[in-house]
Amino acid sequence: MLNAILSISLLALAFGLLLGYSAIRFRVEGDPLVERIDAILPQTQCGQCGFPGCRPYAEAIAADSAEINRCPPGGETAMLALADLLGRDPVPLDGEAAEEAEPVLAVIAEQECIGCTLCIQACPVDAILGAAKQMHTVIASECTGCGLCLPPCPVECIRLEPLKVDTGSWRWPFPTTPHDQMKAG
Amino acid sequence: MKKNRPGRRLHRFHGGIHLPDNKAQSTARAVRTASLPRHLILPLQQHIGQIAEPLVAVGDPVLKGQMIARAQGYISAPVHASSSGTVVEIADHPVPHPSGLNAPCIVIETDGEERWCELPPPISDPLSLDEAEMRGRIRDSGIVGLGGAAFPTGVKINPGAGHEIHTLVINGAECEPYITCDDMLMRGQAQRIITGIAISRFLLGARQVLIAIEDNKPEAIAAMRAALDASGMDRAEVVVIPTLYPSGGERQLIQILTGQEVPSGGIPAQIGLVCQNVATAAAISDAVVDGRPLISRHITLTGGGIAEPVNLEALIGTPLNELVEQAGGYTGEAARLILGGPMMGFSLTHDRLPLTKASNCLLAASAEEAPPPRPASACIRCGRCADACPARLLPQQLYWYARARDIEKTEAYHLFDCIECGCCSHVCPAQIPLVHYFRYAKSASSAQEQERRRAEHARRRHEARMARLERLEAERKAKLQNRRAAVAKKKPQPKADGDASPDPKQAAIQAAMRRAAEKKARLAREGQTPKNTENLTEAQQRQIDRAEQRRAAPDHPPAED
Repeated sequence: MLNAILSISLLALAFGLLLGYSAIRFRVEGDPLVERIDAILPQTQCGQCGFPGCRPYAEAIAADSAEINRCPPGGETAMLALADLLGRDPVPLDGEAAEEAEPVLAVIAEQECIGCTLCIQACPVDAILGAAKQMHTVIASECTGCGLCLPPCPVECIRLEPLKVDTGSWRWPFPTTPHDQMKAG
Repeated sequence: MKKNRPGRRLHRFHGGIHLPDNKAQSTARAVRTASLPRHLILPLQQHIGQIAEPLVAVGDPVLKGQMIARAQGYISAPVHASSSGTVVEIADHPVPHPSGLNAPCIVIETDGEERWCELPPPISDPLSLDEAEMRGRIRDSGIVGLGGAAFPTGVKINPGAGHEIHTLVINGAECEPYITCDDMLMRGQAQRIITGIAISRFLLGARQVLIAIEDNKPEAIAAMRAALDASGMDRAEVVVIPTLYPSGGERQLIQILTGQEVPSGGIPAQIGLVCQNVATAAAISDAVVDGRPLISRHITLTGGGIAEPVNLEALIGTPLNELVEQAGGYTGEAARLILGGPMMGFSLTHDRLPLTKASNCLLAASAEEAPPPRPASACIRCGRCADACPARLLPQQLYWYARARDIEKTEAYHLFDCIECGCCSHVCPAQIPLVHYFRYAKSASSAQEQERRRAEHARRRHEARMARLERLEAERKAKLQNRRAAVAKKKPQPKADGDASPDPKQAAIQAAMRRAAEKKARLAREGQTPKNTENLTEAQQRQIDRAEQRRAAPDHPPAED
């Protein structure tokens, strides 16, 4: 009798310690779901979803407090990927997101720039180079085309221009032969 | 003559198709040297990798063979002036590309003098040269794979320490219909090719050399065998392979010769082989023996739309329309212009494009040779595409997923092992443009991958920015805290008499007012009054009254300043 109680208690203690140790040793940092949602979002940090950046939106989606159709730069592709990841039903894109935008790049009209640094402070990815009373310029390779630099500019010298397609960035189009007259199989 | 050495066993790759070879048209005439054009248009990107960087400016005189754009980065190739003249423009020009877009080019107006720049001294025995010097000459000569892929040869002959190369495969298969430029090169310049092979073999440390030629080129086989025998190269052999499209594909050729398969997503060097085109070998010989860069190549002008189909040796940068003129011009039948062969080439919308290092054939096809695409009908799942696929893929499955734009699924079905040979489209009874779907899917896949990398990059930059802002805020707060602490230390300790006023300024004012009141009281006790209150004018008296009034007003605090 005593033996049984003793062995069961020892086992309980041993497993308890094991569980306790595992909880500390293999602790999951952060919410892996947020990470996975964040990986799908295009990281333009544009705020068009109504959240201050991609990660806050990812957190809101993970907490089920936001729809998955609020990301215009991600478009339908991102929405479908999110629906797939979260097991939700695909929903039509919402508001601004409905018109899928072509990729753009911010361009500063350098002769008009007054060097106020307001756009530098607005850029979420530090893609604008300049200093007070010095001409600013956009580092094209870093710009995500989010457009957050446009509103603060007091002289409206920033424009969004569509990305120029060259032989390197050109993509084969989806085949549009007479084939498309055929009904979808 | 077509027989291989006894004991040479050939293997077979999966699928493949027999096509009418249509090579006789352009081999009937001897190779001619194309005349010097008025303008040479030299694209800065004629290779896989980083675009070359111009070394000349508009107005600069250039000499034949002078490097006018240098390689940027490891996987890149320089560009040389194909003739002497003056640089008249550095701008975007139409280039041969399936997109039909413009790309940066250097335009040279030739002076007709063909003055060469100073070249490194010619060498009679190339293998006596230092290995580094040889590699340098090849790299600086702008040689790229002339079979069509245009991968920088300087990189290819340097497979890295991890790969020991036992066999050098020389690709003279030229399996695509109509194209004969390698055939004619082998017939006419076998000696040059053999010299280039010897150099490549030495640099790669390859134990054996296999020169593969399809059995529909008996003259080339004979010429190469004769040149090889004359050179006395050991463990080198011309291997005759059966004519079957696409036996000239790198992976297919390796499988025919060795029975081995190059791993999916890998390169031949992983299994100890390097594959090189015959024209590339000839260019290597020019570069090392004569120190001459790659400024010309053979191109086949053929098809029912060309009056006198022929092979021309033309300078890189020569406009294609001038080459067509030298081949007798167009016949009335030209319906479609294709750069490359009918299977893997791409359509051109016009011919005012420069000849590039990778262009091997200009096919002006008649309507009969290249009929316009017929309407595709539904896939009947016959499976002929899978039977024909030399890469052993399932084109039908790939097609469904590509059509549904399910790019991940196409990757799972090894989309990137597709060599775009066109066998599946050719055999499809439903006329489905399968290769077009696969090209689309490959493009979409790399676009997605690029997008993903961009997003990851933007996320890291955003995080770095947030971290920086947080750090600056923390620094600002810490500074403020320090200042507060410093001020608190300087402040005099509250007096023992219980002066509650926390502000030292207030305390000082209070003390001064107290002193003034005390002094006034003392003077009053001594019977002294202010000395300036007598004999006042009326105006002064009024001013005093007003001041007294203000002082007496209850809401008016005593002036502090």
